[in-house]
Amino acid sequence: MNRLIIQQAGPGVTVQDMGRTGYIALGLSRGGAADRLALAEGAALLRQPVGAAIEMAGFGGRFSVAEPCRIALTGAPMRASLDGVPLVWNASHMMPAGSVLDIGGASKGVYGYLTLGGGLATDPVLGGQGVHLTAGLGRALAAGDELTLSDDKGDESGLTLTPQSRCDGGTLRVLPSLQTDLYPLEERARFEASTLTRDTRGNRMGIRLMPEGEGFGLKVGQKILSEIITPGDIQIPGDGAPYILMAECQTTGGYPRLGTVIPADMPKVAQCPPGAKLRFRFVDRQEALGAETGYRKHLAGLSRAAQPLVRDPADIANLLSYTLISGVTAGEELS
Amino acid sequence: MAQTTLTFPRIDSVGLDGLLVRFGDQLDEAANRAALAFRAAVEAAGWDGVEECSTSLVSTYLRFDPLYLSHDDLEMQLTGLLSERDWYAAALPDGRKLLRIPTVYGTDLAPQLEEAAQVAGLTAEEAVASLSQARVRVTALGFAPGQPYLGTLPEAWDIPRQTALTPQVPQGALVVAIRQFVLFSVTAPTGWRHIGQTAAKLFDIDRDAPFLLRPGDEVEFPSVTREAFEQIKQAPDAGITREALV
Repeated sequence: MNRLIIQQAGPGVTVQDMGRTGYIALGLSRGGAADRLALAEGAALLRQPVGAAIEMAGFGGRFSVAEPCRIALTGAPMRASLDGVPLVWNASHMMPAGSVLDIGGASKGVYGYLTLGGGLATDPVLGGQGVHLTAGLGRALAAGDELTLSDDKGDESGLTLTPQSRCDGGTLRVLPSLQTDLYPLEERARFEASTLTRDTRGNRMGIRLMPEGEGFGLKVGQKILSEIITPGDIQIPGDGAPYILMAECQTTGGYPRLGTVIPADMPKVAQCPPGAKLRFRFVDRQEALGAETGYRKHLAGLSRAAQPLVRDPADIANLLSYTLISGVTAGEELS
Repeated sequence: MAQTTLTFPRIDSVGLDGLLVRFGDQLDEAANRAALAFRAAVEAAGWDGVEECSTSLVSTYLRFDPLYLSHDDLEMQLTGLLSERDWYAAALPDGRKLLRIPTVYGTDLAPQLEEAAQVAGLTAEEAVASLSQARVRVTALGFAPGQPYLGTLPEAWDIPRQTALTPQVPQGALVVAIRQFVLFSVTAPTGWRHIGQTAAKLFDIDRDAPFLLRPGDEVEFPSVTREAFEQIKQAPDAGITREALV
């Protein structure tokens, strides 16, 4: 079986999938990829089902493979090169055995993804392959780690797709939540009229936002009964600076929640980099269901949207190595 | 406030893909039993489109696919199930156990005992006597894996959370607020006051049963000295004893 060899890794490089089901009742949140759209894009570029991939928070690492392997690069664009030759992001490529893949820092957004042809064959724990850092389930990858890959049944590479823009903040659609009614109408209106800035504090649990003026704290906040928390919840601790909770959030909490960001806008939350601006707009259930329908259509159409990467020879620094790489692909396609 | 006029049980939506059946708006023994029993009934019903089900203190949560099963249809199914019986009269789950978890109260290990006692209007000695003799029940697991909410403590312990967060309490920390304990399964920030320290590991993936506690289990936190605790810390079971409840 093929292996991915980690020669170097940034501090937030983890195995992630679509998350676990069935453990909320025991206090373990679903977890999984922060940007699930990027996970789906990676799978589409390799024309394989969505599985586990490598998530890279802010910075990638240096990787090699024991045998030739297809790879896809999605999510936050990062500087990537194969044996020194720049690689196009949001595309799939062929990686020869022994070649070195270098993935640097994100030029925008937060979470980049490296998807491997065939997928990662790591053992599931409690029904998932994803590392859950908050729960202490698994750990971040480090130099010297090796991960087994499943057999790759596909052979296409050199595909690209145009990702939905989501790496620079923007407007998030919000549904009312359990405690929205505790906020006076004027406060909700002020929230919708505000532009908030993504703070430097943020991780897979959630991101902190800085209000431009006064915060959004609630005076009755200290004795609210702890209740279910879901990803997307906008939770407001005592200091009034909201958190948007993400994949690895706690399962219950007692701080008031102003609303819940709809699932279709969560990739935008995950990829909002520190300093970027976010705004909020309350929507009703009908509009949120419409957005969800559109989001699922988009996911279903990704595979079709992935098209051959057209390379201009003038842009290719080392034409010989590309020829070799695509030569491998072409050979497999013919067999 | 509008919330005080609510009648229970009631069904509310949680985000786009969740419904919450609430049996009360404060911690209440019957409402907690109702939530646990109702969740078991929802799971037994095995409705198509329902993806996951859990309980918090006095409510049952369902996550579902809203494009497959509409909010209205699921709400109707829930209303039907609610009307089938008096859920507040439901029994506790089967297979419950009683655990005794040795605890150091106060000292440098649990620095907020005196402060919490003062807020509760007790001396530190009275506080330890009250907390170490209380038999509490796991009302819900939440926040972090295997982490229990335990209630209900005597009325004196109806104290609020702090306004500011304690940046970090260690794994095994016993904290108190609103007539409840929480026992921490991970090192984490909290708004609750840290009054005791245990060596309990609530979630351990390398153990046959990774989760130490289940909702419905009962727990006591007997007081031990700091010296005894140092010994207990080395023991594989952290000094915890358990027996079946019938």
